[in-house]
Amino acid sequence: MSEFAIEFRDVTKSFAKQNGGRQMILDHVDFGIPVGKTTVIAGGSGQGKSVTLKLILGLMEVDSGQILVGGEDVTGLRGRSLEQLRTRFGVLFQGAALFDSLSVFENVALPLRERTSKSDREVREQVMAILTQLELTGHEEKFPAQLSGGMRKRVGLARALQLKPEIMLFDEPTTGLDPVMTQDIYRLFARMQEQVGYTAVIVSHDIPKVFNLADQVIVLNNGKTDVFASPEALQWSREPHIREFVESTMGEIYQSHLVEL
Amino acid sequence: MAFEQGEGSMQRNPVGKLGETGLYMLQDMGRMGLYLLLALKGVFRRPFRMAEFMRQMHFIGAGSMMVIFCTAASTGMVLGLQGYYSLHKFGAEGMLGSAVSLTLIMELGPVLTAIMVAGRAGSAMCAELGIMRISEQIDALECMAVDPFRYLISPKFLAALVSIPLLTALFDVVGITGGYVAGVHLMGVNPGSYLEGMRTSVTNHDIRLGVIKSFVFALLVVWICTGRGYFVYQIRGAGFGAQSVSRVTTQAVVFSSISVLIFDYLLTAVLL
Repeated sequence: MSEFAIEFRDVTKSFAKQNGGRQMILDHVDFGIPVGKTTVIAGGSGQGKSVTLKLILGLMEVDSGQILVGGEDVTGLRGRSLEQLRTRFGVLFQGAALFDSLSVFENVALPLRERTSKSDREVREQVMAILTQLELTGHEEKFPAQLSGGMRKRVGLARALQLKPEIMLFDEPTTGLDPVMTQDIYRLFARMQEQVGYTAVIVSHDIPKVFNLADQVIVLNNGKTDVFASPEALQWSREPHIREFVESTMGEIYQSHLVEL
Repeated sequence: MAFEQGEGSMQRNPVGKLGETGLYMLQDMGRMGLYLLLALKGVFRRPFRMAEFMRQMHFIGAGSMMVIFCTAASTGMVLGLQGYYSLHKFGAEGMLGSAVSLTLIMELGPVLTAIMVAGRAGSAMCAELGIMRISEQIDALECMAVDPFRYLISPKFLAALVSIPLLTALFDVVGITGGYVAGVHLMGVNPGSYLEGMRTSVTNHDIRLGVIKSFVFALLVVWICTGRGYFVYQIRGAGFGAQSVSRVTTQAVVFSSISVLIFDYLLTAVLL
């Protein structure tokens, strides 16, 4: 059994530029995401944070290198094998990606209806249980357009957790939320991770708040990665580009911005 | 590095631009070809989404009936009047029934039905999928290991393949009736000769041609309209966000209508 839930080995990914040439997003990067821990992937805009998540999920293909999930090479998987791989993940998208035409209940029930052979009664019980846990009871008949940003994220989380994922991927989970709601969402993540025991990968620009959840931090910068065993290790790094990143995102008020869990 | 320089220079010179456009079109055709295969394969994947199929039948079929009815009635009546005007010059008013019915069954019924459905339901399907793509709903389906073709696209394909031929039949019936009203009740053509002319001149081969056309046009409309929406981010020049959806929706209706007209000629030339 690998110590890493996800491992990048010498991975390269680039995109064609509009005016010719190619922009290197990941340039021969290596890193591992430890099992059962929370890894925060940080970096400026356009540094490839969301691309990294899409590569893990097989929504994009690497140019070269290998991606391992649970020690198994999943690079270039297609069809049923790729579907099988995806059942191990739960994903919370930036905008929650709820289905507009389905109610909260139907959104949360969708993975159970599509991926399991549970009866309607079992589906209802499981959906209501998670909605209760995430304080969404009474909202099950509403449609996504009728929900606040925070509630949408919670519904997205409820949906993502339905198939008991080994790994949860969060893509900018607090974008558009006010500071109070951001804290609530992070507390919720910590609580759910404790209960479900998944490995969490959080892509976020919400620094330093998100760092209180982090066991490991990966900083993406110009196609390269720097891996830090803890947010503190990142904060005290002497590398000039890391110092610049720390100062521009945290300044001198790192501790006071942490979320109290 | 050589490849990077090549790409840059290709965009600058006109021959390179032409080549780039050719490559894009080839890539787009390949992408759309694969899309068609996956959508048709999705029809046979279990579990079949009967409720979604019925919803799409209602949307594409029942929802388009009024538009088809109005278009068919006006087309049939215009054909009745114009046909009478032309045939009267040769003293052949008795042929009005066969002229109207053959024109509608073999040509106008399948073509106009497909174009009207492309404008009403095709544009909506394209916009729906485009919005689902830009709001990451399709990505979310894939991440839940749910095949978006089986879940979203294939029920639309099947519903279009069933409902568009049925709408074409409705178009033909209403159009022929419209021609009868204009020719017989307004212009005084003998009702017996209108009906007898239709009965004797319309053969099984003509009806078969109309049916084949309606199936081919249904496939073209649903394929192009859903495909443009599904690939909203891969369409060159579509841009991003809401603007990209509006552009690909316009493109989908235009492309599907033009394809219907081109295939109408090809099928007529091959099957007549």
